[in-house]
Amino acid sequence: MEKFITHVGTAIPLRRSNVDTDQIIPAVYLKRVTRSGFEDGLFAAWRKDPEFVLNQEKFRDATILVAGPDFGTGSSREHAVWALQNYGFKIVISSRFADIFRGNSLKGGLLTVILPQDVIESLWVAIEEDSTLLITVDLEARTVSYGDVCVPFELDDYSRWRLIEGLDDIGLTLKQTDSIDEFEKIRPSYKPVTLPIRG
Amino acid sequence: MGKTLAEKIWQEHVVRQVSGEPDLLYIDLHLIHEVTSPQAFDGLRLANRPVRRPDLTIATEDHNVPTQNIDQPIADPVSKLQVDTLRANCKEFGVRIHSLGDAEQGIVHVVGPQLGLTQPGMTIVCGDSHTSTHGAFGALAFGIGTSEVEHVLATQTLPLVRSKTMAINVEGTLKPGVTAKDIILAIIAKIGTGGGQGYVLEYRGSAIRALSMEARMTVCNMSIEAGARAGLIAPDEKTYEYIKAKPHAPEDFDAAVTYWSTLFSDADAQFDVEIDIDANLLEPFVTWGTNPAQGLPLNANVPNPADISNPEERGAAERALAYMGLTAGTPLKEIAIDTVFLGSCTNGRIEDLRSAAKILDGKKISSTLRMLVVPGSARVRLQAESEGLDKVFIAAGAEWRNAGCSMCLGMNPDQLAVGERSASTSNRNFEGRQGKGGRTHLVSPLVAAATAIRGTLSSPADL
Ligand code: SF4
Repeated sequence: MEKFITHVGTAIPLRRSNVDTDQIIPAVYLKRVTRSGFEDGLFAAWRKDPEFVLNQEKFRDATILVAGPDFGTGSSREHAVWALQNYGFKIVISSRFADIFRGNSLKGGLLTVILPQDVIESLWVAIEEDSTLLITVDLEARTVSYGDVCVPFELDDYSRWRLIEGLDDIGLTLKQTDSIDEFEKIRPSYKPVTLPIRG
Repeated sequence: MGKTLAEKIWQEHVVRQVSGEPDLLYIDLHLIHEVTSPQAFDGLRLANRPVRRPDLTIATEDHNVPTQNIDQPIADPVSKLQVDTLRANCKEFGVRIHSLGDAEQGIVHVVGPQLGLTQPGMTIVCGDSHTSTHGAFGALAFGIGTSEVEHVLATQTLPLVRSKTMAINVEGTLKPGVTAKDIILAIIAKIGTGGGQGYVLEYRGSAIRALSMEARMTVCNMSIEAGARAGLIAPDEKTYEYIKAKPHAPEDFDAAVTYWSTLFSDADAQFDVEIDIDANLLEPFVTWGTNPAQGLPLNANVPNPADISNPEERGAAERALAYMGLTAGTPLKEIAIDTVFLGSCTNGRIEDLRSAAKILDGKKISSTLRMLVVPGSARVRLQAESEGLDKVFIAAGAEWRNAGCSMCLGMNPDQLAVGERSASTSNRNFEGRQGKGGRTHLVSPLVAAATAIRGTLSSPADL
């Protein structure tokens, strides 16, 4: 996982609430056998509409999604996080996230930032007026800033540490490689192995 | 204070223990199949990580492989993609795989024990909820999700929070015609589909001790249907005997047995919950509804939802009867069946096939139904053929298939049609599990065979 300290980028306004994981990535895209390439399924139903924000040229390079409340409800599919990341999003901002989605996102390295709805409303207005507006998300200071606005957000210390260090679950466990090596040294020799094949 | 068996195994596998964090547990054996592994391997590839212990990992193809024409390319494109991907991943990462056509190919939970890779005191995981099957050997075995599969591939460990323990004491002697399947269906009917949630179940008592290893696997297999992630049985002489002749039995067998014989719950161990079941009273069980706890003795009638006081259960029963197309009060034995499915990781082993063949020997299945016999593994199929069981099934009018999960989950072409009704030796009777709109009655292999002959739900005693 990439280390996440500060991110500066432009944003897309997604003026919808209750965006569930079926909207983020419809089930038909789940048949894949990879963890990448899900960007084509992101918001697939809405992207058929040429006016949809993701289809607007001026928002093409955005890396921050600013969504309405209750983002990520519904099925627990991790593909929803992958789809957002594969598309190029580093951060999703909303006033409320579904628990499982938020858990999946923070584990997977997609920063989900909770801001009050009134802040989000003004952010929407600001980016709709100027799509090149640069937004800075500082994980160290736990703030979102643009222009002369600077608002704090909350994130537990553990998730923040993991993101800053770029540690996914596996990365965390791999820090314990010495303990695993030690354990393997004392593992009984009569435990079975699959290789070489015995017939 | 003494320890339970599950606690002993847990303790022996702790790599790291820090208060306030999950324990890091070492995994002795990781079983893999085509459906839940592709993203895990791709995750490794994206992060440039190897498989830490290919020698503790083994793969087979089971969930969506066809059971007919297995020498031809797989027709379904999604199945084909998953199987091809598994083969490529195993090759790339150095993992042993048993592919379609190989004698050791089959349902992942049949393959581990038949190779002797499933042994007492191990931690065993697989991206499949019926991994609990391996608990029959006194192993702590449970299903995991795809991210966990990736975690185990990369580190051979998992961060886990300890479960509570539940003892299920089954004392007494089973009547003739009553099997391990009936024990577990009765347990689930008693404690409910959520009754085991958060617990590791330990099946104990004289009726459990009297079961063969394969019957014990049937019991442990369905622990998940009671909501438990794992279920286990302390190993004994039968366990050692079963492993002894298998390819991967320990070379230093005595050393292993010395260790295995320490694997039991201490007399003064405290379980969080204890449940008692009287084996003497058990009857052949069948399910009438759409979850495995909606079961009754075969002699009973379809229940009347109006008699159920708990409003939630009543609602569930009403919906189940509507889906199942059943009328309250109908004797279960009058329910006509369209398809009998003998197979799955619950009841697709050689003893299951033998017990059903014994009943079908010299008889014909009813002309009103079809019967699919799907061995749990290619090895089981070969064994059955060497005993002539295939001839018995074919002479009776049943279809003799190749190994796989088949109609257990309807991911391959073996599916029920809308409204079609099955008597199935598998483990899940959820809506649509065996095919969209299909109706499933879970039964033992004996009931499956008797039903095939009579055309309606029946036990061998009815023949
Ligand atoms: S036989 Fe059924 S329950 Fe067993 S592993 Fe296959 S699909 Fe799962």
